[in-house]
Amino acid sequence: MIHKVGMADAKAAKDGDSLRTLGLGSCVGITLYDELTKVGGMAHIMLPVSNVDKEVNPAKYADTGIPYLLEMVLSLGAAKPRLKAKIAGGAQMFANAHGLEVIRVGPRNVEAVQEALGKLNIPIVASAVGGNFGRTIELDCTTGKLGIRTAQYGESVI
Amino acid sequence: MKSKYQLGDDAADALREIGNIGAAHAATALSQILHQTVEMQVPQVELIPFDEIADVVGGPEAIVACVYLKVTGDLSGNMFFIQSLDSAKQLTGEVLSEVKQVEVLNELEMSALGEMGNILTASYLSSLTDFTKLKMYPSIPYISIDMAQAILTIGLLSDAPMGDYALVIHTSIHNSKAMEKAHIFLLPDPGQEVVLLHALGMEIQK
Repeated sequence: MIHKVGMADAKAAKDGDSLRTLGLGSCVGITLYDELTKVGGMAHIMLPVSNVDKEVNPAKYADTGIPYLLEMVLSLGAAKPRLKAKIAGGAQMFANAHGLEVIRVGPRNVEAVQEALGKLNIPIVASAVGGNFGRTIELDCTTGKLGIRTAQYGESVI
Repeated sequence: MKSKYQLGDDAADALREIGNIGAAHAATALSQILHQTVEMQVPQVELIPFDEIADVVGGPEAIVACVYLKVTGDLSGNMFFIQSLDSAKQLTGEVLSEVKQVEVLNELEMSALGEMGNILTASYLSSLTDFTKLKMYPSIPYISIDMAQAILTIGLLSDAPMGDYALVIHTSIHNSKAMEKAHIFLLPDPGQEVVLLHALGMEIQK
């Protein structure tokens, strides 16, 4: 079964299932995977840092979304020391857009994701970030492989 | 997840009128460029969940040609002129009087597309300024051809007080020839609809 992860959303799944999120632009998709229990999780964050408003959806931000995703995979039986992260996205969709602050959000998202994973001591074993194109990603919870599909640059697996 | 934020009927009507005026002027501008009749549909004003925003243009992974302009001034927001790649090729072909049978847009076609987005947006916004007295300044046009959701996300990046919903004022236009529907979106930044409604003499209900 393929679980769809929306924008500003996070889900976890087990062996036999996949997790997929569509059309990552400046957003970053983060996957956590435990090889032994074959538990995987995926988050689709939109912004680097959450604001003070406590009512917001934690999965929208890198700083709150990654601990939130971690809780999800742990509750399905993953063990934190075995978790490995893969990340994709963080593109700058409008290549000619210099000087527009909002355009820079992709790289800032990537930095925030790296920092949040670093704080939790979760290693990033593969990443496909940056560029100026969108990505659809799918995590196979049986193998831990992350498939990446793009409009212009074909498909790859990391 | 239900939005705690609702748009009243009166407010929706007022915003729809904004879309109507703006898009009518944009369609007129396009019609003058193409020397053709351009038809537009009644604008829609909706609070759309982030996840569904790309459905209007064919789904999250639909490949679209998009011109984006950031709007600043009394009103801040985002304008998108968005259509399928085929439609964009045809449109630029009409403007440049030559349609090339290749998959991608060349530099000249990209530039022409950006300029069309620029003219349409300028027409749209200047008619809104006449109507509301709000000053609005579009950025230069930025172009991207890629997955719809990956592109549209740029209009959703502020911290939305209404949760993961965006206010979308959407109109589609097409010419009498084969050009498929092109879409004009105005996404006011979160909270900015209050500015618009104030300018129209309305108070927003919370």
